[in-house]
Amino acid sequence: MSNLGLFFAILGAALAALLAGAGSARGVGMAGQAAAGVVTDQPDMFGRVLILQLLPGTQGIYGLLIAFVAMNNLGIMSGNPEQGCSLLKGLAYLGACLPMAIVGYISAINQAKAAVASIALVSKRPDQFGKSMLFPAMVETYAIFALLISILALNGVGAITG
Amino acid sequence: MAEEYIYAVARVRGKEQKLLTASVMDSLVAAPGAKEALRILADHGWGDGEDTDADAMLSAEKQKTWAFIGELVPDMSVFDVFLYANDYHNLKAAVKETAMQETRDNVFIGRDETTVDAQLIRRAVRERDYGALPEEMQGVAAEALDVLLHTGDGQLADIIVDRAAMNRIWEAGRKSDNEIIRMYGELTVASADIKTAIRACLMKKDKAFLARALAACDSLDIGDLAQAASDSIDAVYEYLGRTVYADAISEIRKSPSAFERWCDNLLIEKIRPEIHHPFTIGPLAAYILARENEIKCVRMILSGKVNDLSVESIRERVRETYV
Repeated sequence: MSNLGLFFAILGAALAALLAGAGSARGVGMAGQAAAGVVTDQPDMFGRVLILQLLPGTQGIYGLLIAFVAMNNLGIMSGNPEQGCSLLKGLAYLGACLPMAIVGYISAINQAKAAVASIALVSKRPDQFGKSMLFPAMVETYAIFALLISILALNGVGAITG
Repeated sequence: MAEEYIYAVARVRGKEQKLLTASVMDSLVAAPGAKEALRILADHGWGDGEDTDADAMLSAEKQKTWAFIGELVPDMSVFDVFLYANDYHNLKAAVKETAMQETRDNVFIGRDETTVDAQLIRRAVRERDYGALPEEMQGVAAEALDVLLHTGDGQLADIIVDRAAMNRIWEAGRKSDNEIIRMYGELTVASADIKTAIRACLMKKDKAFLARALAACDSLDIGDLAQAASDSIDAVYEYLGRTVYADAISEIRKSPSAFERWCDNLLIEKIRPEIHHPFTIGPLAAYILARENEIKCVRMILSGKVNDLSVESIRERVRETYV
């Protein structure tokens, strides 16, 4: 039971990587299907639709970053895990990771839906590529907010003693 | 699951750009003759690049549509509702062929545009062995053949088969979880009922005939429609004025073809929002209907050109385009 705090802290890091990564994987997959559909008939659109396909992939990177920061703070990266991590501190780590985990998953799926619609737009109106990028990019704002909050919270939790 | 059709919808988006626009339809109408119209179509990728025959070109376009959709959808049965009318057309032809004891190969619609092979229907009707037909067709095939053999009334045999076709289309639409297919089923049956009621009224048919000819649907009360049609044409207009088809009355008064055009335009208007939907099977269904509408419209323009109709007369018959 003495390591319960460490367990919750690692659970938080795992959830950040897991949920945000799963959301991105699903999102990039959805956008990839749409991109493949466009490139089948319009191979010259490859560059444009590839960029749109990649947009929902950023949440996975943010989740990975949060997991790294959390594990680094816990000393796991250096092979020296924080043995004295209290239950309160472990739960605080978990709470700090959740914004990125949950918002990362939801925003990746919704960004993918916007990206699929934008891929359809760019296939019909290639000259509107710039504007078509903006619609899914708007969803990114909320993933960045979550990333910011998770990083600030992790820094704060790191300063908790005991 | 909506995500299942993302690739297919993206492919359809590309194909939608090749649909004929209103300006292309205008240039077809304005073409000096059928030959020039065919050349315009060939320039837009119609036909196989070699055929100069209108029927061959239109047939090739229909085949292209179904082959394209077949590439995208593993289970084509979701679109059977669009082909049932062709199956029952073949059934009518098979019943007449058997009753008249003659062979008419050229009236049957080919395998690409049906859910049941025409040869199977012909054999089943000829041998009175209906077990090989889909369950929904077995009873109607036997009934239509019996009626034709015993009464010689081809019209009665036709309405029996037509009603069965409409029942099947409506039922398939009702069971579908896609709005476009549901709407197609309802509109197809309702427009067929209105056309039948008007025709029966003008031919002074009685209520019993109408009760046998009209198929049930949600937007019309066929009891009231049959009653109105057995009374007078004004009673039919008065009844329709109380339904969602009130706007069609002015077109029905003009001619049956004007009403048919109104129905086609309504369908296109209803499916047009699918242009902006990136998920679901709706855009695929809408594309099939748009292509069918386009081919029907081109067939009419070419027929007008061949028959030397005036440009104005052809233009009046041109349908709205999907794009």
